[in-house]
Amino acid sequence: MSTEMNNVGRPTRLVAGTGAAVETFTGNRALMLEEPLLFERGSLDTSGVDLPPVPPVPDRLGGLARDAVIGLPGFSEPEAVRHYTRLSRQNYAIDLGIFPLGSCTMKHNPRLNEKMARLPGFADIHPLQPQSTVQGALELIDVLADWLMKLTGMPAVAMSPKAGAHGELCGMLAIRAALDARNDPRRVVLVPESAHGTNPATAAFCGFTVENIPANARGRVDLDAMLARLGPDVAAVMITNPNTCGLFEPDLKTISDAVHAVGGYVYCDGANFNAIVGRVRPGDLGVDAMHINLHKTFSTPHGGGGPGSGPVVLSAALAPFAPIPFVRKTANGLELVEEDTAGTHAADSFGRMVAFHGQMGMFVRALAYMMSHGADGLRQVAEDAVLNANYILASLKDLYTAPFASSGPCMHEALFSDDFLDGTGLSTIDLAKALIDEGFHPMTMYFPLVVHGAMLVEPTETESKANLDQLIGAMRHVATQMLADPDAWRAAPHFAPRRRLDETLAARKPVLGFKDSEAA
Amino acid sequence: MRYLPLSTADRSAMLATIGAASVDDLFADVPAEAVLDGPIAGLPNHASEMAVERALVKMAGKNKTASTNPFFVGCGAYKHHVPASVDMVIQRGEFLTAYTPYQPEIAQGTLQVLFEFQTQVARLTGMEVANASMYDGSTAMTEAVFMARRITRRPKCIVSAGVHPHYTSVLKTLTRFTGDLVEAGVPTFTPGAPGDDLASLIAQIDADTSCVVVQNPNLFGHIADLTPLADACHKAGALLIVVVTEIVSLGAIKSPGEMGADIVVGEGQSLGAGLLFGGPYLGLFACREKHVRQAPGRLCGETVDASGKRGFVLTLSTREQHIRREKATSNICTNSGLIALAFSAHLSLLGEKGLRHLAALNHARAVQLADRLARVPGVTLLNGPFFNEFTLDLGREARPVVRKLAETGVLGGVSMGRLWPTEKALAGGMIVAVTETATDEDFDAFEDALDEVMA
Ligand SMILES: Cc1ncc(COP(=O)(O)O)c(C=O)c1O
Repeated sequence: MSTEMNNVGRPTRLVAGTGAAVETFTGNRALMLEEPLLFERGSLDTSGVDLPPVPPVPDRLGGLARDAVIGLPGFSEPEAVRHYTRLSRQNYAIDLGIFPLGSCTMKHNPRLNEKMARLPGFADIHPLQPQSTVQGALELIDVLADWLMKLTGMPAVAMSPKAGAHGELCGMLAIRAALDARNDPRRVVLVPESAHGTNPATAAFCGFTVENIPANARGRVDLDAMLARLGPDVAAVMITNPNTCGLFEPDLKTISDAVHAVGGYVYCDGANFNAIVGRVRPGDLGVDAMHINLHKTFSTPHGGGGPGSGPVVLSAALAPFAPIPFVRKTANGLELVEEDTAGTHAADSFGRMVAFHGQMGMFVRALAYMMSHGADGLRQVAEDAVLNANYILASLKDLYTAPFASSGPCMHEALFSDDFLDGTGLSTIDLAKALIDEGFHPMTMYFPLVVHGAMLVEPTETESKANLDQLIGAMRHVATQMLADPDAWRAAPHFAPRRRLDETLAARKPVLGFKDSEAA
Repeated sequence: MRYLPLSTADRSAMLATIGAASVDDLFADVPAEAVLDGPIAGLPNHASEMAVERALVKMAGKNKTASTNPFFVGCGAYKHHVPASVDMVIQRGEFLTAYTPYQPEIAQGTLQVLFEFQTQVARLTGMEVANASMYDGSTAMTEAVFMARRITRRPKCIVSAGVHPHYTSVLKTLTRFTGDLVEAGVPTFTPGAPGDDLASLIAQIDADTSCVVVQNPNLFGHIADLTPLADACHKAGALLIVVVTEIVSLGAIKSPGEMGADIVVGEGQSLGAGLLFGGPYLGLFACREKHVRQAPGRLCGETVDASGKRGFVLTLSTREQHIRREKATSNICTNSGLIALAFSAHLSLLGEKGLRHLAALNHARAVQLADRLARVPGVTLLNGPFFNEFTLDLGREARPVVRKLAETGVLGGVSMGRLWPTEKALAGGMIVAVTETATDEDFDAFEDALDEVMA
């Protein structure tokens, strides 16, 4: 029996099609894959973990055994890996492209840091092990603390705060404790209008009264308004430097001196330290406390919302009030000053802020980052971050409204407003969503509050010139097209995993978890 | 410099576009007295991957790790086996290197994970809703107390003596300045129920009480039926806040929600995170739906997009600092997103069946070890009911015992002297945690070492 070979094979030439949009059976579109919820796919009898058998001993749960079904579906390992891998592909990330989110310092996250944080000697140790068994961990904290003090020119640092806002809390509690120590009842904290929301929220959280100080036409704190408001009721000012408009506050030293002269303290929000690391030491500007977001300047990954780490450097005036625990050098090695030793070594400490010692995993990553760059490289970091931002500012300011460009260069981020879109009916959000279609994560929108429709672009130093040129090209293209034909731009994004989402509906009828009755 | 892509030629071209002669011109706003001319003194210059790795490996090598020693330390952080695929998931660059999902159209991965996480936490704790995470269990507890004050408009909070003392310290750090009143007692070593006495907690509740905070299992491992306490709270118009530091326990014992809790906070480290010398960990926060507008932190909710497809967004943000500023329910911004992913992935790998198995295994192994150690001369087991952690009375100061055990290579538990240094009556206590990771050889080593140290 002989069959004829099919020697035509598969077609290789393109065939003209209709180009009509195709609805797929699955809802997937090639590599863009829809993924159901765990609760729609997993089952209560499936597990992706094998465990040894349970030894047959009578339970000692005192009659409190959990009998009712909990409702936690499981996946086998292949199902789990695929579930999360598919979901991951619906995310934008630095690993995919530039993420110019102003105030957030989305720089490359070096993989060496991940590897170091996973060394068992750092990852597999317990916070309450005897201190003799964790001397290397205490050493790491001590070395990192030394880098932070030298980079900021400050004499002390509190390592335990868990993020920037928690660092703010640490600094403001130290100020409360210092005031209490001298029986000083002052409670007013002055906060510039341009400040991040965490600043007033933190001050209020620990019992201060917040008053706003306006910005001037150059995007800086209004020095006259600030000096005029200072007085014996002012406990502290909270200033961000470089500020949230991406500008250096040239009067900070003057303000610090004036605040000190009336008996107050200066809290500096150090979220934007990346612009000045290695070039300016906040200690030289009269600052009493400043948090450092290790998850910004020192590249520990944001992880889709956290974790962060927010060590706080302190002046000599506030250092005695620093929280426990902290690491101290002794003749017998390093010691963690905790409750049992606090009375002798930290009698003025305002107390404990977290259950254990802070974000060790972030400490390891940040130290690996600092050691990799060194003092010379960190200075280069600030210079390149500032250069990149100014390049963006210079390349867009003829088209985008740049409210403070006339006052000189910016620092690490370029601020625009949407005034140039006046009359089109379009605003910052439309421009941001159009950039999504161009393959970029948008800039920070509507923050700071001091300009209309703010667009805060922070490229960071880890972007190449080619990447910046592409972003600039896309931003020019989108803006030009929006001015020419506004109606075409109200519905972006078109190509993202989802079109614009209804946030009003979400807030009006909150659905905050899966309900089984919804199951299809 | 391997992380910096700009070349010298790029820098010159960019300066030309900007119209600046040098990069120093860009720092013109810095006052002269603060300008640094060169790299900061006293710090090394840049280093290769190899050099950095060598230095850090050396430091890491000075620590005794949990996996290479018989290990029984708990008290708020537990050594559980984390499946290999969990670490793979959290190292996906799309999760690891994303920011908070402020642009939901390109953050559905993170948002769906948060929605699943919130659902898992709510079900596990027996509550209606959960948020997208807090920093850790201790800060979650403080936030819960403040939330109870906002809801009840009452000033006083009663904290059980069975709550982890570090958690109570964190609360007191803040209340010292906010004016909230905190009544917290000292634990007792009542045989069969070490820690607190629910009847006396109930007796403390009055018309000023906003909430009672109780930990279950408590610091000493004791587990209790909280239903009478919940009833007493509700009768007095106060809320019951339940703290859970060992979340695996909820695979075996009744949930706080089933016992009447109004807010449940916890430490989620047991699932997904690992020990990490204390952080980053995962604050869990769950409550009743009617109170959600007073809750701190981010919430993820379901909605639809412009074409009608289901999608997820951050929602109810008018509670938060970026909108409400000084009137926000909390100042939290960055939370523990990636650890929430690790937790959720670990829990979805376990599933209900796996979690129940894991919890049963932890409990049975703890029962076995407790009975063995209680046979060591001079040692008394203080617990009646417990889950995977129990307290031994050594009849002598426990702190040196723990240190001696460590010298023999056994990380045997936490001494009360470390946690309650001022309470001499408690100094004989040693708290021992047992998880699925401890082997029979580890049990032998612990029993032998304790026998020897006690002799
Ligand atoms: C200027 C500023 N301050 C404070 C914070 C708060 O930091 P974190 O999110 O780490 O709490 C941020 C972060 O978004 C910020 O941009």
